Amino acid sequence: MKTIFETSIPGRPGVWPDEPHKRAQDMLPAELLRGKKPDLPELSELDVVRHFTALSRLNFGVDTHFYPLGSCTMKYNPKHLEHVAALPGFTDLHPLAAQLKGAGQYTQGALEVMYELERLLCEITGMAAYTLHPMAGAHGELTGAMIIAAYHKKQGNQKTKVICPDSAHGTNPSSAAIAGFDVVNIESRDGIIDPAALAEVLDDETAALMMTCPNTLGLFEDHLQEIVAMLREKDALLYYDGANMNAIMGKLKVGDAGFDVVHLNLHKTFGTPHGAGGPGSGPVGVCEKLTPFLPISRVVKLEDGRYFLDYNHPDSIGYMAPFYGNFGVALKAYAYILRLGREGLIRVSEHAVLAANYLRKKLEHVLEIPFNRVCMHEFVASAVQQAEKGVRAVDIAKALLDKGHHAPTIYFPLIVKECLMVEPTETESRETLDLFVDDLVDILERADNYPEAVTGAPITMPVGRLDETKAARDMAVTWDLARELDEKQAQKPAPAADDA
Amino acid sequence: MSHIPEELSYTKTHEWVRTNGGEVLVGITDFAQEQLGDLTFVELPEVGDVLDAGFEMGSVESVKAASELYSPVSGEVVAVNELLESEPGLVNEDPYGDGWMVRIKMSTEPEGLLSADDYQALTEA
Amino acid sequence: MPYIPHTPEQVRDMLEVIGVASMDDLFADIPAELRPASFDLEPGLSEMEVCRRLETMAAKNRTNLTSFLGAGFYDHHIPKAIDPLAGRGEFATAYTPYQPEASQGTLQAVFEYQTAICRLLDMDAANASVYDGGSAMFEAMMMAVRSTKRTKLVVSEGLSPIYRIMLGSYTSNLNLELVTVPHAQGTTDIAGLIKAVDSDCAGVVVQNPNFFGTVHDFSELFAHAKAQKALSLMSVYPVLQSVLKTPGQMGADIAVAEGQSLGLPLSFGGPYLGVMSCTKKLLRQMPGRIAGRAVDAEGRTGYVLTLQAREQHIRRAKATSNICSNQALCALRALIHICLLGPEGLTRTAELSMERARYAARRLTAIPGVELLNDAPFGNEFAVTLPKSGYQVIDRLIAHDVVPGFPLGRYYHGLENGLLLACTEKHSFEDIGILAERIQGACQ
Repeated sequence: MKTIFETSIPGRPGVWPDEPHKRAQDMLPAELLRGKKPDLPELSELDVVRHFTALSRLNFGVDTHFYPLGSCTMKYNPKHLEHVAALPGFTDLHPLAAQLKGAGQYTQGALEVMYELERLLCEITGMAAYTLHPMAGAHGELTGAMIIAAYHKKQGNQKTKVICPDSAHGTNPSSAAIAGFDVVNIESRDGIIDPAALAEVLDDETAALMMTCPNTLGLFEDHLQEIVAMLREKDALLYYDGANMNAIMGKLKVGDAGFDVVHLNLHKTFGTPHGAGGPGSGPVGVCEKLTPFLPISRVVKLEDGRYFLDYNHPDSIGYMAPFYGNFGVALKAYAYILRLGREGLIRVSEHAVLAANYLRKKLEHVLEIPFNRVCMHEFVASAVQQAEKGVRAVDIAKALLDKGHHAPTIYFPLIVKECLMVEPTETESRETLDLFVDDLVDILERADNYPEAVTGAPITMPVGRLDETKAARDMAVTWDLARELDEKQAQKPAPAADDA
Repeated sequence: MSHIPEELSYTKTHEWVRTNGGEVLVGITDFAQEQLGDLTFVELPEVGDVLDAGFEMGSVESVKAASELYSPVSGEVVAVNELLESEPGLVNEDPYGDGWMVRIKMSTEPEGLLSADDYQALTEA
Repeated sequence: MPYIPHTPEQVRDMLEVIGVASMDDLFADIPAELRPASFDLEPGLSEMEVCRRLETMAAKNRTNLTSFLGAGFYDHHIPKAIDPLAGRGEFATAYTPYQPEASQGTLQAVFEYQTAICRLLDMDAANASVYDGGSAMFEAMMMAVRSTKRTKLVVSEGLSPIYRIMLGSYTSNLNLELVTVPHAQGTTDIAGLIKAVDSDCAGVVVQNPNFFGTVHDFSELFAHAKAQKALSLMSVYPVLQSVLKTPGQMGADIAVAEGQSLGLPLSFGGPYLGVMSCTKKLLRQMPGRIAGRAVDAEGRTGYVLTLQAREQHIRRAKATSNICSNQALCALRALIHICLLGPEGLTRTAELSMERARYAARRLTAIPGVELLNDAPFGNEFAVTLPKSGYQVIDRLIAHDVVPGFPLGRYYHGLENGLLLACTEKHSFEDIGILAERIQGACQ
């Protein structure tokens, strides 16, 4: 499809506001002006609508396809949440209005939403307090790691390192590093954390262990209680990566289980669509002793029932967001929790786990499942057997696209070769799950008999497999750089025949 | 089976070393390039940089992997293979030849380098 | 249960396939002593009840005020075509485009967004966005630190105080030195910045227009920084960038922005959009997701996430940043906004906002005791000093449904009587007249 820059017609009127009385050059000296208007597309509203509608049709989304992308919780997000988040009483609210004396009365509804959501998240996870400021999961990790650093600093502890299991998502070590920690990796055993391996590296300099539970293999960490005790002994904190919260609502309150810091991904568990990569929201909850370090501001409810923003926390790590986080996302999560309620959230986790185990059982005869036991909301299969015949996990993934299913996660976790990480979620019907199984079985049969039919996939998508190596070498990251490259290549003399 | 020339020395971090008087030529091994896949980017030190043995001197990237480069010896960088900036694929095509990376003038005798046999054992471990 | 499709019979069948007797058996791994003692939430509400409750809460907020609040976050008109396009499920319910063949819509849009941002700012490359303007500036600083291998950053006090607090928080564990160069009566002290940028400096950080609304040309500062091998980092306001001298023209190495003014509602602070762009030379240092053009085996053009080896899922602790998601849907809104308005529409928006600000400045300075903070050129926002504290005047006017602006005293000592006012094309001349009358009344 042509880029929008190629469809631009110079002079075509767009959705213009009225003509101003003064032009820029009448208002500012020339040396402060750009001189030439930016070279941006000139299109009618219809041109724009057609272009983006056409682009949208090149995408898979949960609304259009089954999307069993492991660790991402691609569940269906009810549409009324969009209505709620689009209420002008929320969208038109300037964030600074809440910070003006006397204007707090004009933002009471928004502050109430934040206060109430924090309260609900505390109850769901057993934490003492939450901040909604982190704007994504990784941002929550960074916030959590900074809270851990601030706590140890305040305690006078000399803590330099954070331990991450090898099954951890790559953001864990990377967030810990930005919070100033050295990262120590430990190897898993039987797919979960091995207390013996932990004991080897755990020492007085250990600030925290970052854990995902259930972990990225979809397995519950069986040694959790032992690990909690080991950490407590060294005044090391236990961090909970909430990527997999969808598995345990009502079944485990992480605060009660001994976790000190937790981040949640509202966009995974609590009803917000992923938006092709964002915006998300990654609230962080802490146990009582860590509350002084939460980012500011914090929402407080006064005795008279009014809400206000409290900035008076001298030990706070400061501002993680310009304001109060991705409020629009938090709104949807709040409405989602209200809608489902106690029983609903428990059912979400039960059915998420049910669906994952159902698929695991249906597929265990055709794919290797390295840690084949009752899993939580997802499981990891491996295409090692198929790889011996030249059909790799990536090939199976691409063949699934041709069948009309989004592929499972295949680049992660790093500890399983040729992994296919499958998370069906609670919102998919049994019919969809069965269809997925039938289609996957069919692909695996073809992988046995006609491997090239699988390695050549996809054939029904707008494009086939793209040359990522060439793309990384070319670095054509804008249309202008792409054109520059094309011109350069057009000027190059054609290679002589004997070079070819 | 990756190619491991007899006459070169190696590091545990998969660099090869060709000694020539007081200078060494350094690149990454055939095994390393196979593991990484088609390289998309090679970051090298600058001529004049002074390196300590074992310290990071650059990095290589492919689409799905990245790896640091470590200096096998202590000394000063006297040349880098500037072609790799535009043609990182040379490392895949000819790791011990056109894909060389840096030339270093040694300040001390090299220590702890592996022989071809030792390196082969390492890659098979 | 809503949104869970299985019938009781299906659940029974599925449990049988799994080989367990009950749902509870699936959770046998979680020890009994770890099971929650309570899970004290209300029962679920119907869709109607949820909507009603949230509508009631929304109604507790007052949004029909005449407001001149800006301070980096502006109330511009949002074309109505954006919501239905960006709201399409194909965009909104997709994930990060890990399977490019099934994500060409997102990827091409990101590629187009990157191109549009580069053209607006005259930069070579842009990423597919970070969280907001403040975190974008933090990432820009880290780029400067990595690429110069220096640790000192010189920051103008004209950079939004909100961002300066964020930078202080983010860098608190990183052994970096942040040197702040004070503003000069609301203008950016270019001479002071030049003096502070030396050969130990990783980068210099400025904002245009600065927090007080004044417009600058930083070409000389950036040339000086370049001579010191320091990088020039600039935060801009995208709407005004359709008329103002660009970061590229001034020689900036990295330009960032809060992208909210490009078609995103104020929404009480987020979700917003961290715009981030740089020179080609720095592209590999840029964090976050970047789309690049690619080609398939049949020669068809497509787009992929490229340069992923910089990122956390490969580099882990050594990644350029921990950032993993982006604000793709917000970036899409910004792109659609830019395309709907085009160069003329964006320019008009900037000019309408600026001419209203000029009218407001004229009306306000006609009030005895009210003066402009400085006589520097400004865009659509300017600061005045009042005969009374900013907070006091705001308090008085809010009672009359007018929010006259932002009290500078909140972040700047000595400017307790300062008021920062922003205008956009949404303000009528009548609104501004009422504002002037009210301020006059409050100042008497």
